[in-house]
Amino acid sequence: MIKVEGLSKRYARTLAVDDISFEVEKGQIVGFLGPNGAGKTTTMRVLTCFLPPTSGTAKISGFDVLEQALEVKRHIGYLPETPPLYPDMEVQDYLTFVGRLKGLSSSDLAKRVLDVCERCAILDVKNKLIGKLSKGYRQRVGLAQAILHNPDVLILDEPTSGLDPKQIIETRELIRSLAGDHTIILSTHILSEVEHSCERVIIINQGKLVAEDTVVNLTNRLRGSESVAVEIAASNGNLDQAAVRQRLEQVAGVSRVVLKDTKDNHCVFEIESLQGRSVRADVARAIVSSGWDLNELRPVGISLEDIFLQLTAAEKSGKAELVEKKVEVKA
Amino acid sequence: MRNVIVIFKKELNSYFTSPIAYLLLAIFAVIFGFFFYSALRFYLEQTMFAQMRGGGAPIDVNEWVIRPLLTNASVIGLFLIPMITMRLYAEEKRSGTIELLMTSPVRDLEIILGKWLAALVLYLCIIGIAALNISILFAFGHPDWKPILVGFFGLLLQGGCLLAIGIFISTMTKNQIIAGGATFAVCLMLWVLDWVSAYDQSAWAKVIAYLSVVTHFDPFSKGVLDSKDIVFYCSMIFFGLFLTARSVESLRWRA
Repeated sequence: MIKVEGLSKRYARTLAVDDISFEVEKGQIVGFLGPNGAGKTTTMRVLTCFLPPTSGTAKISGFDVLEQALEVKRHIGYLPETPPLYPDMEVQDYLTFVGRLKGLSSSDLAKRVLDVCERCAILDVKNKLIGKLSKGYRQRVGLAQAILHNPDVLILDEPTSGLDPKQIIETRELIRSLAGDHTIILSTHILSEVEHSCERVIIINQGKLVAEDTVVNLTNRLRGSESVAVEIAASNGNLDQAAVRQRLEQVAGVSRVVLKDTKDNHCVFEIESLQGRSVRADVARAIVSSGWDLNELRPVGISLEDIFLQLTAAEKSGKAELVEKKVEVKA
Repeated sequence: MRNVIVIFKKELNSYFTSPIAYLLLAIFAVIFGFFFYSALRFYLEQTMFAQMRGGGAPIDVNEWVIRPLLTNASVIGLFLIPMITMRLYAEEKRSGTIELLMTSPVRDLEIILGKWLAALVLYLCIIGIAALNISILFAFGHPDWKPILVGFFGLLLQGGCLLAIGIFISTMTKNQIIAGGATFAVCLMLWVLDWVSAYDQSAWAKVIAYLSVVTHFDPFSKGVLDSKDIVFYCSMIFFGLFLTARSVESLRWRA
């Protein structure tokens, strides 16, 4: 559906997007993640034919953004960072205008506008001037504008910015409900957003593609090994921590055992497995067979937040490690 | 063509739903009304003198009232045109709606033509007030209507050409005041360029004077339909819109 190859965009002095390639399948929701100034908006603007790429190609539904711009524009709905609204127009008039602009025929236009208003929960303000609307409503009018002509591809630049928590949840729901018929790319610098609504993540930093995968895979890949938290208690009240630790370390496949927490008669360990090994079952068996109580056993997932920080800070931390090593050598 | 109409309607609507159109109409009505009254009073004085001196042929209304009035209308238009065009692109760029226009399946030229036509229709409404004033003359006298028609055609052409230049300037900035100010400066220059011919007769001076929009309006105000002037205005309109199209395209590349 969307195919980007070797895309670069250079502004006068800065290289905003540097040789990015990725593909998005039909019906997927893809999160475009990166810190501010990473090149998210620029990439989206290239995809929407607002800016021409400096080099590389981007294709939407098989149409090239440079050569067949008009066709591409027919197939996309775009919500820019600031919703493109005319403050002196009423919501319904505005949507009607956008509908005509997108080439909808007048016969279904009125119905379509009402449909979209209902979907974006803006029916109650449809006769108000856009200039008088609150930020949340404006954002939703912007979203309505993007989905009005039922495009194959939806490109949403920070769709939930400026909304209150309730509206954020509603917007996410709306976006998720749009998936399937639509292929959606949404950019954000809010991580939880991607975790909530996207199947795949594309992380870019300083114009470069850092990672591209499903949320699940990305988590696994970065983690590599499995990590489990276990809470253990002794039925007689006396728990020998050293013994527990020793027993856990003996379980096949365990690489590291860390004591996380101790309370009166129970303690929490975090167990890390070797690469590609699953140790949960063995750990549970070992604990129970040794006569301790297993109160809790849960996998510790790595949050996208961690991945993001790891990936985008990779360069910096690399340097930091070097410095540390030097210090160690001197010491 | 359909897209041109969509843009045209939207632009015309936003002129008339905001105070801009009414303000411009009011300014023109007041100023032109004053000119009309003065021209008429002056004409009446002159005919009275003529009659006191023993008559002769009656003084020509077309030559003495309507022609100077049409020239006045073209000059007032010169001042109002920047206010019509300054928002056309500058506002879209400021508010970000340019992204909507440029990512919709519409050609740049269709947007430009739609905007230009809307501005032209507003300008037509404005000079319609002049026509309304002048039509009063028909109730009391018998002015020749054909030169008047030619005169208004000239006003329209001159307006169209300045509006095209105004749109072009509006594409170059996000700031409406800058767009308006620069357009006003250019309009004023194009108006006074023919002053060169008053003190210089060299070939250069002739070329410069030829560029003046006022030089070309003079025949129209007399009721003379000269193809040379029509070609001048039409090519200026074309040139202005062409520059606009280039400038809009360069927005993408410069960004």
